[in-house]
Amino acid sequence: MFYREAGDFKTSYTDDSQTFPIKFDRYRYYVVLAVAFGIIPFVINDYWANALLLPFLIYAIAAIGLNILVGYCGQVSLGTGGFMAVGAYACYKLMTSFPDVSMFIHVILAGGITAIVGVLFGLPSLRIKGFYLAVATLAAQFFLVWLFNRVPWFYNYSASGQINAPERDVFGIIITGPNAPAWATYIFCLIFLAVSALIARNLTRGTTGRTWMAIRDMDIAAEIIGVNPLKAKMSAFAVSSFFIGIAGALFFAVYLGAVEVGEVFGIQKSFLVLFMIIIGGLGSIFGSFAGAAFLVLLPVVLKVVGVDVLGWPTDIVAHLQLVIVGALIIMFLILEPHGLAQLWRVAKEKLRLWPFPH
Amino acid sequence: MPDQLIFAMEVFLNGLMAGVLYALVALGFVLIYKASGIFNYAQGVMALFAAMTLVGIMNGQVPFAHLINATFGTHIHKFGWNVPAFVAIILTMGVMVLLAWAVQRFVMRHLVGQEPIILFMATIGLAYFLEGVADLMWGSEIKTLDVGLPQGINLWIDETTFNIFGYGFFIDNLDLVATVIAALLVTALVAFSQYTKQGRAMRAVADDHQAALSVGISLNFIWIMVWSVAGFVALVAGIMWGTKSGVQFSLSLIALKALPVLMLGGFTSIPGAIVGGLIIGVGEKLFEFAIGPLVGGATENWFAYVLALIFLVFRPQGLFGEKIIERV
Repeated sequence: MFYREAGDFKTSYTDDSQTFPIKFDRYRYYVVLAVAFGIIPFVINDYWANALLLPFLIYAIAAIGLNILVGYCGQVSLGTGGFMAVGAYACYKLMTSFPDVSMFIHVILAGGITAIVGVLFGLPSLRIKGFYLAVATLAAQFFLVWLFNRVPWFYNYSASGQINAPERDVFGIIITGPNAPAWATYIFCLIFLAVSALIARNLTRGTTGRTWMAIRDMDIAAEIIGVNPLKAKMSAFAVSSFFIGIAGALFFAVYLGAVEVGEVFGIQKSFLVLFMIIIGGLGSIFGSFAGAAFLVLLPVVLKVVGVDVLGWPTDIVAHLQLVIVGALIIMFLILEPHGLAQLWRVAKEKLRLWPFPH
Repeated sequence: MPDQLIFAMEVFLNGLMAGVLYALVALGFVLIYKASGIFNYAQGVMALFAAMTLVGIMNGQVPFAHLINATFGTHIHKFGWNVPAFVAIILTMGVMVLLAWAVQRFVMRHLVGQEPIILFMATIGLAYFLEGVADLMWGSEIKTLDVGLPQGINLWIDETTFNIFGYGFFIDNLDLVATVIAALLVTALVAFSQYTKQGRAMRAVADDHQAALSVGISLNFIWIMVWSVAGFVALVAGIMWGTKSGVQFSLSLIALKALPVLMLGGFTSIPGAIVGGLIIGVGEKLFEFAIGPLVGGATENWFAYVLALIFLVFRPQGLFGEKIIERV
């Protein structure tokens, strides 16, 4: 009825190749942006920001990053936690060394540093494939976490071994530290997420994305038809680590404020982000959003239902959460290997034909 | 002999013992991988699950006691009996076979023919699921496991080395027992796969699923059997590690220790798992001993991985792995 392509005529090539070719999709996208930027900042409070919105925004960036590597380029990585730690510590060192520089620049630079580290640890991917590579990326995970734990220079020789985000502002508005208002931190992360999603979407639609997908589908065949595997794999590692680094920097500076590396950026984090993209949908930007939202919401919902409504002790709910997440992963892999994004696609197909099924 | 060298020798021996324990976990991986091409990340959690079940049965704990108490407001914890270790081990083995059947029936059967990486991720999901179930069933507190294995310093070695070097080596009896058991287990597994009918069928399945099916081998049965054997290896590993350091969550992390062992030795080779385990065990202990103090210690966390990573760049199939041939 309302979701139609009929009558939506394109008169130029630019129109034809835009990100959302269907009018309804485009308007929906504008509405989402308008709500996210125009309405939520005015109604947000600390609970909503810290329990749901900030983790969702930040994990969505990380999931987009990992999805580029795993979903688009087919290189499975279990080092996400380690790369997020690189972003966080790079951001910390930059924040403390150059206090007067804007946070925007710090976060972007932190992403850049992570990209370099990511390429370094991605080099073996030229020789190693499949889960040999997945295990090899664990080397990055363990080595990086150990490095930040043991080398005092990274945490500025603080006695606790933790890093604490000092108070920094953007255009006079405090973004980090305990005094930052909820709406400011929210907007700050939202800007990064929106720009990341835009970049990722357009990268994956263009030449770069196509070479990634060629490598994913069959790397030898891709090489034979002229895709340079070195360039494709390294660019995937660089772009992916860049986003993951930004997510790590935001996670530390804006969301948590204080970080103990082994606890926050351990292997569990790597798995969490991997689960997000499996549940959300491998090789889909929308899937990254859906997966992040799902796994951020799930513990909160479980806690509300289990602890507050049913009155169970928190440890039982925590264990149940493991069971449910594990079962969901298996279910999604069996029933819908393309995740929530595929459900969304199917729903849209149905909507286009609705109310007539044929 | 200079002191440093003697210390290094002791470290070397202890590394060998640790390596045997790594190899024990790695064996479980190799078995499943060889027979079904599945890289079973859940092997470590299976060891945890087995150890927890064993402790639970021995102490007569009521399964899911916490959940039942929370739901119905009851206060049950124990049946009030203690099961002897031997019987408990057999019962636990039964549970592991049941688990193998369930995994095959509800997970792996639906994923036949999927890409290896999808199967790998499914086993990560399985690991989470099992960990949650184990915690719900038996509670997540640290438990001690004692099935009557000897523990503590081996006095004979201590005395002998003291007479020779003037310094007594510290070798744990448990490690010695583990070495013997691991050696027996490997011999038994090799004999099983070489000389029994089921073992031959297992190797046939590993070689080619379709060909095996066409000569009348039941894939279902073989896979349940392989998962059961892996469950048995997990049980042995769980008993060893559980006795050594208590039954707790960190037990499942031994899977992470076994991964570099596998990469080094090759995923498809049983001798590779043993040799890889020994190299990693000795390597990380010696590295920690020699270089560790210079860089802040705790290098054991990553040394194995970095070693395996560097090694793989030069030999992508591992020490004993089959050569990887790729065609378009």
